Amino acid sequence: MSIRNAAHIAGVFEHPGRHLPDHTVPGIHFEVAAGALADAGMTFADVDGYFCAGDAPGFGGLSMAEHLGLTCRHIDSTETGGSSYLVHVQHAAEAIAAGHCSVALITLAGKPRTGGAQPGGSARGASPESSFEGLFGLNVVNGYAMAARRHMHEFGTTSEQLAEIKVAASTHAQHNPNAYLPNVVTVEDVVNSPLVADPLHRLDACVITDGGGALVVVSPEIAASLDRHTVPVLGSGLAIKTAGGRIDLTHTGAVWSGPAAFSEAGITPADIKYVSIYDSFTITVLQTIEDLGFCEKGDGGRFVMEGALQAPHGRLPFNTDGGGLCNNHPANRGGMTKVVEAVRQLRGEANPAVQVPDCSIALAHGTGGSLATRMGSATLILGRES
Amino acid sequence: MPRPTDLPTPTPRSSSDDQVFWDGLAEDRLLLPRCTSCGSVFWHPRPFCPECSCTRIDWFAATGNGTIYSYSVTHKAPGNWGAHAPYVIAYVELDEGPRVMSNIVDADLDMLEVGLEVQAVFHAGADGGAVLRFTPSPG
Repeated sequence: MSIRNAAHIAGVFEHPGRHLPDHTVPGIHFEVAAGALADAGMTFADVDGYFCAGDAPGFGGLSMAEHLGLTCRHIDSTETGGSSYLVHVQHAAEAIAAGHCSVALITLAGKPRTGGAQPGGSARGASPESSFEGLFGLNVVNGYAMAARRHMHEFGTTSEQLAEIKVAASTHAQHNPNAYLPNVVTVEDVVNSPLVADPLHRLDACVITDGGGALVVVSPEIAASLDRHTVPVLGSGLAIKTAGGRIDLTHTGAVWSGPAAFSEAGITPADIKYVSIYDSFTITVLQTIEDLGFCEKGDGGRFVMEGALQAPHGRLPFNTDGGGLCNNHPANRGGMTKVVEAVRQLRGEANPAVQVPDCSIALAHGTGGSLATRMGSATLILGRES
Repeated sequence: MPRPTDLPTPTPRSSSDDQVFWDGLAEDRLLLPRCTSCGSVFWHPRPFCPECSCTRIDWFAATGNGTIYSYSVTHKAPGNWGAHAPYVIAYVELDEGPRVMSNIVDADLDMLEVGLEVQAVFHAGADGGAVLRFTPSPG
């Protein structure tokens, strides 16, 4: 069974807030759900499938489904870190194709900037690897820094090349009134910012923001009944990369999720007009571009030079909202906003200065876990209504 | 005897799945698991082989020698590691094959590079037990 054209994204919403000290996490889930349903021209009563990940407070999806007042015949709380929401789109399309639901609501919310962690979160217990990795001062930044170091060693990638990715994101963020970092930066700004974990600088990292987002995925029949332009799901790929001790830090799960998505959609990387690429760090983008086949492995550093990623006229316009690097990385999970901006591009509703002309086909890619180690990669190919 | 260290070194959390490994470290010995069926030397320790699912596992004494696969000199860190910055986190490729996460200690930071030869050192846990770390090999 293929999910090609089995479902459409009918509504999207990105919370405009980046600093939300007076909001609760369940409250943000409600606001973004209401926003995405309103965008689709629908209501909570239309929803019959609910999807959420580990950011949702409570017991799996049950607590939030009850809190939102949903009546569901399908539920999915797949957790693959920041890529979860792209996996949810794939799973929603599968469920819709199987007749298990027809209107799927996917929500994300969190407050890493102002705290407010919810009680009663994960009951999954310590991970089996934590006894072996929790002793050495590992954190998110130095984990990704080791991937960057190895990529530099194998392929000659430079800090200046990584910085070009931040520069491109910042040129887009200047047009986004909600962006957390709206100022354009230069390569020099990035490489002269403080080293957090060598070779990654402060400006190689994404922002930390409160907020959230939501998606509404519907059957083709319901999509046809809506006034709104909807976005068909053309293909999807999912890969979990594990190592068994032979960890390698220069390849991501996109090596498998990308070809699966392209194959299902019946297209090649050359057909893509716009990409939303998960951008927790600059190195995340570089490795993903290579692994998705937009350039040869190891050539990412050269590929991103000379404005290749800058909209509207670069070779591969990316993250036109400013991405996680400059705009928003709500709940420390960037997958939701990747889908939202791809949908904006396909509807022609991106900020005008960065709208890709005739954007007919787009790719959104999510990364979860720690880059190139144990990680979940998810790729979506999205189209335009014919 | 594992040596004392200033780095944060809690007593590792062991279980019946990996007690052999931790008991080895407490005696300055790096014991690795090897599958008796497919021969894989895997990481992290567990009572079955992640390559072929075999549950007959041998433990053997590794050399403690390896090379740096990748590393990061960490300048800013949350929690109790922040006060120890700059410190070095690394993946070390053991001569026996696995790439294991650890720290590089007692090293000249300017001499660090991918491929540098390192050897095991054993750091005493706060309340017993030991943690595996690495230091540049002499010469």
